Amino acid sequence: MVIQCEQVWREVSNYVDGDLDAALRLDMEEHIKTCPRCASVLAGVRNVVVLYGDERMLEVPAGFSRRLQNRLAVRPMARLRWPSWETWLAPVAAMALIVGGVRLANDFSFTHPVKSPLALPGNSIPADMVVVVSDDSRLFHVPGCKFIRDPKSERTLTAKEAIREGYAPCSRCLRQYLKAANGRGENSNDDDDADDDAGASGSAVVLGSSAQ
Amino acid sequence: MPEPTVLPNSPPAAATTREQQLIRAVQGGQRELFYELVRPYEKRVYAAAVAILRNQQDAEDAVQEAMLKAFAHIGQFRAEARFSTWLIQITVNEALMRRRRERTVVMEGLDDHRDSEAEYAPRDFADWREIPSEALERKEARQHLARALDSLDRKYREVFVLRDVEHLNIQETAEALGISVASVKTRLLRARLMLRDLLAAGWQQGWFSRLPFEKGSKPW
Repeated sequence: MVIQCEQVWREVSNYVDGDLDAALRLDMEEHIKTCPRCASVLAGVRNVVVLYGDERMLEVPAGFSRRLQNRLAVRPMARLRWPSWETWLAPVAAMALIVGGVRLANDFSFTHPVKSPLALPGNSIPADMVVVVSDDSRLFHVPGCKFIRDPKSERTLTAKEAIREGYAPCSRCLRQYLKAANGRGENSNDDDDADDDAGASGSAVVLGSSAQ
Repeated sequence: MPEPTVLPNSPPAAATTREQQLIRAVQGGQRELFYELVRPYEKRVYAAAVAILRNQQDAEDAVQEAMLKAFAHIGQFRAEARFSTWLIQITVNEALMRRRRERTVVMEGLDDHRDSEAEYAPRDFADWREIPSEALERKEARQHLARALDSLDRKYREVFVLRDVEHLNIQETAEALGISVASVKTRLLRARLMLRDLLAAGWQQGWFSRLPFEKGSKPW
């Protein structure tokens, strides 16, 4: 049977795949013998199939194989059995340890042995006020206080930290705060110390009662 | 690295292939052999993922995830199936899932699954016949081919890659993409004809002009 070019184009893919009945196949072959355009189409389609089906067309980015191998080596079983209780156990236990550790650390910090029972009155001193402590002393001071025992060993920290470490406020340079803590002139700034206003606007340390 | 010696020694006459041995070993718990099992197909699965996702990084991520899933379900693999086909299908599923999730289809023709009924008339390149496969030795030629493929609409590109690059059959291609056999055939025909035209035009424009087989004459 004589067929037209359009039918060849419609069936050329099936022809290449061997997916045509014998009669149509023969008809196409007869047509292609005498039709350069259809012969070119068939050759071109075959060429496409051959070229793109070639292994050389398959390329992967540099390092692809190594990354895949590494990914597969990271205990895929653990990933894939994620819902099972064994795999939950490790992270849950780790979390419990972390939470417990933090609690424990906090507990210890709150029960830090005080260097002086006079530390507690210092609770009314602004928490973020910068103070200094020195070796061989149980007091903390406003920087520059002339009663710092060993200025060479000065260490700077906040009032909150100093109190937590058990240092007591210097009764000279921190007098106004001690007065307030003792209930004397709480609402007044009757002291003429102009050099200790640093941090006065900060929030007071609240570690417990300010009572002695 | 896996040691070949961990596999049971099989007599040469045994009908089992190395791949079948590896599959059984991995199914038996030898996880370290899994990469050796998939290594021969890593380029093919990557090509499938790139055809769908059109992005190297996304495709690589999809392949890695797909291979992990393949490992997870290796116990379900049945010997009557081709292992390569099974891997490709898992990869295609993973890539399609990612594309749906990331809505990357927005930029290219959406999900138009309708197949054009219009006839495609291949261009008439009177004197063009074929590009010899030796051309693939040149990176430049491979890049031209890759660009031509990339220029196809998604629905044609995916079918073509699964059928002609991955060598799935028509039925497997239809199942992997969730479309009918008729659609696969229609799209495959169109894809092949369009690529033929693109390559022929490329030839005329000198894409392959510096290929070693060309010495001032056509290659046929």
